[in-house]
Amino acid sequence: MKILIKGGRVVDPRNNLDEVRDVLIENGRVRKVAGKISLSAEKEMDARGKVVCPGLIDLHVHLRQPGYEYKETIETGLRAAVKGGFTGVCPMPNTNPVADSRSDMEFMIGEARRLSLINLWPVGAVTLRQEGKELTEFGELKKGGAAALSDDGRPVTDSNILRRALLYAKKFGLVIMVHCEDEGLCGDGCMNEGLVSTKLGLPGIPVEAESAEVARDIQLADMTGGRLHFCHLSSKKSLDLVRQAKAQGSKVTAETCPHYFHLTEEAILGYDTRAKMNPPLRTKNDLEAVRAALKDGTLDAIATDHAPHSENEKDVEFDQAPFGIIGLETSLALSLKLVEEGVLSLPDLVRKMSVRPAEIIQTDRGHLSEGAVADVTVFDPNLEWVVKKEKLESKSKNSPFLGWKMKGKATEVLAAGRVVLESGEIVR
Amino acid sequence: MDKLILDRAAIERAVARMAHEILEKNKGTEGLALVGIQTRGVVLAERLKAAVQSIAGVSAPLGILDINLYRDDLTRVSEQPVIHKTEIPFDIDDKVVVLADDVLYTGRTIRAALDALTDFGRPRRIELAVLVDRGHRELPIRPDFVGKNIPTSREEIVQVRLVETDGKDEVVVSQG
Amino acid sequence: MEAAGGVRTEWRWTRKDLVSLEELSREEIELVLDTAESFKEVSAREVKKVPALRGKTVANLFFEPSTRTRTSFELAAKRLSADIVNFSSSGSSTVKGESLKDTVRNMEAMQVDTLVVRHSSSGAAEYLARFVKAGVINAGDGIHEHPTQGLLDIFTIRERKKNLEGLKVCLVGDILHSRVARSNIWGLTKLGAKVSVCGPPTLIPSKIEELGVTVGYDLDEAIRGQDVLNILRIQLERQRGAFFPSIREYAAEYGISKERLERAKKDVLIMHPGPVNRGVELAGEVADGPHSVILDQVTNGIAVRMAVLFLTTMVER
Repeated sequence: MKILIKGGRVVDPRNNLDEVRDVLIENGRVRKVAGKISLSAEKEMDARGKVVCPGLIDLHVHLRQPGYEYKETIETGLRAAVKGGFTGVCPMPNTNPVADSRSDMEFMIGEARRLSLINLWPVGAVTLRQEGKELTEFGELKKGGAAALSDDGRPVTDSNILRRALLYAKKFGLVIMVHCEDEGLCGDGCMNEGLVSTKLGLPGIPVEAESAEVARDIQLADMTGGRLHFCHLSSKKSLDLVRQAKAQGSKVTAETCPHYFHLTEEAILGYDTRAKMNPPLRTKNDLEAVRAALKDGTLDAIATDHAPHSENEKDVEFDQAPFGIIGLETSLALSLKLVEEGVLSLPDLVRKMSVRPAEIIQTDRGHLSEGAVADVTVFDPNLEWVVKKEKLESKSKNSPFLGWKMKGKATEVLAAGRVVLESGEIVR
Repeated sequence: MDKLILDRAAIERAVARMAHEILEKNKGTEGLALVGIQTRGVVLAERLKAAVQSIAGVSAPLGILDINLYRDDLTRVSEQPVIHKTEIPFDIDDKVVVLADDVLYTGRTIRAALDALTDFGRPRRIELAVLVDRGHRELPIRPDFVGKNIPTSREEIVQVRLVETDGKDEVVVSQG
Repeated sequence: MEAAGGVRTEWRWTRKDLVSLEELSREEIELVLDTAESFKEVSAREVKKVPALRGKTVANLFFEPSTRTRTSFELAAKRLSADIVNFSSSGSSTVKGESLKDTVRNMEAMQVDTLVVRHSSSGAAEYLARFVKAGVINAGDGIHEHPTQGLLDIFTIRERKKNLEGLKVCLVGDILHSRVARSNIWGLTKLGAKVSVCGPPTLIPSKIEELGVTVGYDLDEAIRGQDVLNILRIQLERQRGAFFPSIREYAAEYGISKERLERAKKDVLIMHPGPVNRGVELAGEVADGPHSVILDQVTNGIAVRMAVLFLTTMVER
């Protein structure tokens, strides 16, 4: 089976390519990328005016299955990912039961295979039941297909446990993704601590609840030489620490999410539970810092922290609402706004959404070299659309971006050469 | 076109005459009290009180009544009533209360005032003094003392202006 | 025009809800206070009742225990001839299994005109006001606001001091967890008072000075020159959250004793939203002393709540 993607702007940072090219895919692999490929393929795609790039990878999603299928399932989550232009996602293990065993990994991967949509690279728990006490069997998890380890949703509170985890994971080359939150400082907080929390009378979460733990985790990563990745960084203080650490040779990596470079705590005024997530939205100053850190490379990746919650759960008193927002279907467009605003170049964006994520989970994706697995995303950077509840594939609609005017949308997605999105519609 | 019905002198004469009638009907000032309805009824009550005092040399107690809270159309009024104070600084039980208002029209204000007064006690008798009676009653209410009867159509507007509230004394009728 | 009373033509009260003093303009606050002044007389009558809200139904929805605020609203509604029903439920709605939204929708289906809501979650009243057609009056939401308490405090100050402009008012105690403090700050600053807060540094919320108040930690210093001291109730269980080490030390550092009061102006007013922890934030002799207007606050509370019920219920829905 041959597929020819014609006339698109191919952005492939790993190969230093940003030119109009044709891309030939054969038997699930990239066969050739060249100026003009004249050959009859079974399928030809007209990508003129569009961007063709290695498939987007989301390092941080919550697919809720098993246990919370009313919020999202692997199927609805993967469909949302396809719609958003992703060819692979990394679901976090805070399901019910917690994904802390090899069979949990195999279940998720099997489910994804059955659906035959895109890649699912599961993240296994660091500790059993994410209780922060006993390590999971990293070796078994890896054999089951775990791409990384994390207790996300919670921090690994005990420094010694995290130290051991970082050390032990070295044997398997697994990265530990940390959710940084000092639970004591966080208390019963439900939004950023500051003027807005004072006005609204909502218990605050100080910035230091994140940054103090980032500081600790940098120390532990350096101490152990283990691979550590920071999830969803939201504040200037944390980013300054990561920048400094990287400058001093630390091997840590870090991600942020689109809401941290588009929204501030002001979005909560009026007690809007759709703007409630953890870490919480911060100030304008933090937002600017997140943008700067994307630009200077302090932040390696853009992930979504896609966290579906049902309408009933979010339609309550603010402090009763769960943390989290969905993000798979808005991430690309929100990130493209940074390109439009001059914060990132298009190759930079592809680096943050494909190249670096692939490197962090050590999968051979994120490039369109000859012979590479043909995970390809094609998007129209000029397509204008509005985020509408009824158009979302995700089972949950908890997005603060509903009603936003967007520019840029994935039109085609190929996973290992299979077309799963075509003309913006999911195929199959 | 505004039509002048009462000028300053005519109002003065009317008040003086009403004061005489009040004293005559009640055979003096024994147990007499005046209660004005906010806002121009209060002015009329004050003037009646002064007139009674100059005639009989006795000061009758004076109260102020805001009837907005007793209106039967309160939940339907489109304009927003401003609640003024009510002040009845004397016991109205067994008093002869002369209720004073500027214009008597449908009678609904007086109905409300009667309800309000009843909440303060049980007067021996309540009498009604108005500067102008323009007719068109919707309730069985009639005044005891009238400054002037003015036959009007419903479309016409009767405007009472008094120095204390409006800077001058006059009663005019205009077309609505 | 036969109707007595003036008619406001410049602007109208258009709020069916009262969820905060933050959202009220100075004019709106003054209208409530003026209206309350007229209503105060009703409670002094032999027959303490006017028919203004006859046929209207008010529901007290209290999801947090409170006797005084609930009673005050109940009397206010009754003195306006409204029918009032009480719905109390301790614990959050989720514990009961029914959502707040469902509970309130049920009350609304019973044709209630106005809901008076007390809830432990900040923003609960504003949340409800977004979807119910009935009026919503916030009777305290979490640590956000308690607008009628703020209004009655201001009413009481105005009654004694006449003019708020330039008046120095200090809020003392647990500012962080106080909805009374927030409502006072918004209302008082809008009317031109100079507001300060004084309490343990652990109980002063982040960036409070950006609301236009000055912050102090030393009460002996803070009370000098103040016209009003509004003493907030200290929740005794805050000790467990490590906000202060002991009740004893709190009383020593932030309690208003007779001796401490001598540093204050001779005509200082002592206020407290109640119930008072005697001997903790306020010495008994001060609470009962000549500076105290605590019982005036209670009396005025009814007039203020009558005014609020009247104004909001009269708005066309």
